[in-house]
Amino acid sequence: MITTTKGMMDEALLDKREGEVDNDHEHTRWVEYWHEGELVHRSVHVHLKEAPALFGELEKF
Amino acid sequence: MANTQAMCTSFKVEILGGVHAIGTPPTRGSTAKDTFKAALYLASATVNAATTAYNASGEVSGAGYSPGGITVSNATAPTSTGTTAYWTPSASLTYTGVTLTTAFDAVLMYNSTQADKAVAVYTFGSQTVTAGNFILTMPTNDASTALLRIA
Repeated sequence: MITTTKGMMDEALLDKREGEVDNDHEHTRWVEYWHEGELVHRSVHVHLKEAPALFGELEKF
Repeated sequence: MANTQAMCTSFKVEILGGVHAIGTPPTRGSTAKDTFKAALYLASATVNAATTAYNASGEVSGAGYSPGGITVSNATAPTSTGTTAYWTPSASLTYTGVTLTTAFDAVLMYNSTQADKAVAVYTFGSQTVTAGNFILTMPTNDASTALLRIA
């Protein structure tokens, strides 16, 4: 059963579409369920791979 | 032996731990750790290095999403490896059962204990969610990839 905009629906009644993006910054996967041409569920999982660092700097004197 | 000019690694860790108050320190009601939160922002919003505090302007809205976002899990103390201090939330940021139909691509982490002061902005590919979940999994908590790093 899948949570949808129309309530809980049997997955067998839905058209499942999946996709992903994988680059240096993130690995993202999403899953969509469509019913009679209408998007009724979309979930997204983003895995951040790296965050920008702050650099501590000292002024020379 | 020789002396080497450096910002002490212990200081970097202690900055993350709130030990040093070079400026006027905030009034703290307790010795507990601060609470950090994570709010999502529309792709059309402007949150960046100039952001000083959480603001609802440009924040996502929709079923299942509470303004201000969710609390960040903080069960891991700041630490260091080499000369880099770092910290990462101890769990994924999970927005459960939401519908966010306008594209969003950023999360603002902010300190809700200290007047919602901004900490950092992280971006990702633009997304929408429909009657589903949005999960933001944290990078590995090490000196190379942690969410907050002072190198």
